[in-house]
Amino acid sequence: MNEISTLNSLSVGQTATVKKLSSTGSMRRRLQDIGLIEGTQVECLQKSPSGDPIAYLIRGAVIALRQEDSRNVMISAN
Amino acid sequence: MAAKPTGIKWIDSGLTINKNNPDDRVIALAGNPNVGKSTVFNALTGMNQHTGNWPGKTVTNAQGKCSFDGTNYIMVDIPGTYSLMAHSAEEEVARDFICFGNPDAVIVVCDATCLERNMNLVLQTIEITDHVVVCINLMDEAKKKHIHIDFGSLQKDLGVPVVGVTARSGKKLGKLMETVGSLKTENFINPIRLKYTAPIEEAISIVEPAVKACLGDKLNARWAALKLIDCDESLLKSMSDYLGFNLAEEESIALKIRKARQFLKENGLSGEVLRDQIVSCLIITAEGICADAVSFESSTYNERDRKIDRILTSKWSGYPLMILLLMLIFYITITGANYPSSLLSDILFRFQDILLVFFKQIGAPEWVTGMLVMGIYRVLAWVVSVMLPPMAIFFPLFTLLEDLGYLPRIAFNLDKYFKKAHTCGKQALTMCMGFGCNACGVAGCRIIDSPRERLIAIITNSFVPCNGRFPTLIAIITMFFVGTVSAPFQSFFSTCLLTGTIILGIFMTFAISKFLSVTILKGIPSSFTLELPPYRRPQIGKVIVRSICDRTLFVLGRAVAVAAPAGLIIWLMANIHVGGISLLLRCSTFLDPFAHLLGLDGVILLAFILGFPANEIVVPIIIMAYMSTGSIMEFSSLEELKTLLLNNGWTWMTAVCTMLFSLMHWPCSTTCLTIRKETQSWKWTAVSFAVPTVTGMVICFLFASFVRLLGLI
Repeated sequence: MNEISTLNSLSVGQTATVKKLSSTGSMRRRLQDIGLIEGTQVECLQKSPSGDPIAYLIRGAVIALRQEDSRNVMISAN
Repeated sequence: MAAKPTGIKWIDSGLTINKNNPDDRVIALAGNPNVGKSTVFNALTGMNQHTGNWPGKTVTNAQGKCSFDGTNYIMVDIPGTYSLMAHSAEEEVARDFICFGNPDAVIVVCDATCLERNMNLVLQTIEITDHVVVCINLMDEAKKKHIHIDFGSLQKDLGVPVVGVTARSGKKLGKLMETVGSLKTENFINPIRLKYTAPIEEAISIVEPAVKACLGDKLNARWAALKLIDCDESLLKSMSDYLGFNLAEEESIALKIRKARQFLKENGLSGEVLRDQIVSCLIITAEGICADAVSFESSTYNERDRKIDRILTSKWSGYPLMILLLMLIFYITITGANYPSSLLSDILFRFQDILLVFFKQIGAPEWVTGMLVMGIYRVLAWVVSVMLPPMAIFFPLFTLLEDLGYLPRIAFNLDKYFKKAHTCGKQALTMCMGFGCNACGVAGCRIIDSPRERLIAIITNSFVPCNGRFPTLIAIITMFFVGTVSAPFQSFFSTCLLTGTIILGIFMTFAISKFLSVTILKGIPSSFTLELPPYRRPQIGKVIVRSICDRTLFVLGRAVAVAAPAGLIIWLMANIHVGGISLLLRCSTFLDPFAHLLGLDGVILLAFILGFPANEIVVPIIIMAYMSTGSIMEFSSLEELKTLLLNNGWTWMTAVCTMLFSLMHWPCSTTCLTIRKETQSWKWTAVSFAVPTVTGMVICFLFASFVRLLGLI
């Protein structure tokens, strides 16, 4: 399936490819700094006990993002 | 967003390097957060920069000296950063030092287990300076995870020397310094020149010659040209400060910049799109280099970490395990401290008797004996015997948890509540640092980018008790609340009460953060990324030695330095009589009515006031004050101490209120000074002083009134 969805909708264990960042300003650069650009593979690893934030595997590092921020990352599930 | 209204400023970006002689070489240690820069730094310089397994411990530049092969080096440990396109205060410190601090070489420390992510910073550093050595740390971890790194390939691709080390055991650090030393003489270095897309390259070539003509060799012209085109404002400001003039305003250059931007615009590259493309070029290059050099033997190399995470941060066990871990630490602290505590007081008070006899023999006047022995010595003895054992146990335990990598998981677990309080999830990290020392917690708040959220984290930091306040809480709990429980359960019961107190402190942190967020520091939560580093096995022996030697003894030293004069003051106050009444009695009588409202008494409040320089001395001062007013008694155990307190009118309500007030009152003087330094504002220092104080007073007042109204005592 190749539908475009947002990163926060990825369920634990799923992987996806980043299609587009719609966040702006410093968050956009922060995500780029950790290597999140178009074409980057991400895997959803773990939700925090309360469901938010969610930890993702991005280029070998585990990064937690709040829903508000992961919602701005467009992905297509692998 | 809420960037301006708080007016926070930073002073730490400037750093003076103290060279002993002009041949000393300055080496910067750069790297992503949490790759072990401080460990490399400590191993090379023999210094003791605080280390721990979470991103953001180092928030300022630290420097140390080392010598190798007859050359003296000044090593500068700079804060970890993912990129040199800075967004936060501590990232700016790092960037400015690499760009404008004129280091003779930059060692970029990388994490062998996560090389690709680290490569971005390596490439950005190489863009600025040729004198780069890439140091790949944590080779032991990589080996364990069966990650292979082809150094030849890396070195060939990057064009700068690459050295693999294991800083924890000091492995290969000699080779690292040897390589740094050879940078000056060898010419084999041919750093990779990053290739951007054709339009960007074209734009650079328009601006670069003009910049080169203007700057000469002061800065890398190609890099400066790119930054001018990209208009990285914070960087350009630092560049102007460094050069003494604004490069972008030089007529010849400004013209070229306009021309280059026009050209890029015609090619559809401006603003965000341009920056995206610059970043993409870096990341794709990094990806290519690592694809050549890194191979994973198994795709599940970090499966163990995932398993642990699934337990420690799961929906069902995340919170209970967090509380259990906290309880475990307290349990070990309380049970472990009992015996050494009574042993120490035994020895110290026996020595007091010897001192008394000695002073009598040499025929010292009574007031000298009183001042020195009953004043200074006795309060010191109390500080050491009551305060030292719990501190010496708690601090290493906490450090172990920190080294293990658990702190970021706490932040991960608690983030939702910080979000509800409209603050940053990283506040959990600074809050945890507060358990060690509130001043450290306050300084650590630099990892929070938004000035509004940083201020909230600073103001609320003292709601978690620091290492100096734990013993006070433990002593009171032990005396008043567990006496009735049979022996085997005593420690367990104390642990539960202490944990409850801490949870109250954490709850107050949320409540007050939320309150500040909707009142004086209005705003919505900002974005951030939180890295969960791999778990690392702590070096238990080293942690224990380090935290006892460096931290505990340091804190104790400070407490002793404060306790001695405080003991003297108390003794003088108790023995100087004005109008037939001692000064101490006058002061405590003066404070009494107000203190009574809070469920305390004048002496307790006076002790908290005198304890402003160091919280550790509050209980000893209370004891001193009571003893000096009544008949002198000998104490050797907490049980007898309780009798003293009961004789002075303490009830369980007094105990609870003292604990509440200990949890919530003004930060100690060191913390206040740190707050002043961090916020650059007396106003916010005053707010940080007032908020916990008022909160504590209100809560004590409500509690005391409630108990009195219901007639519970």
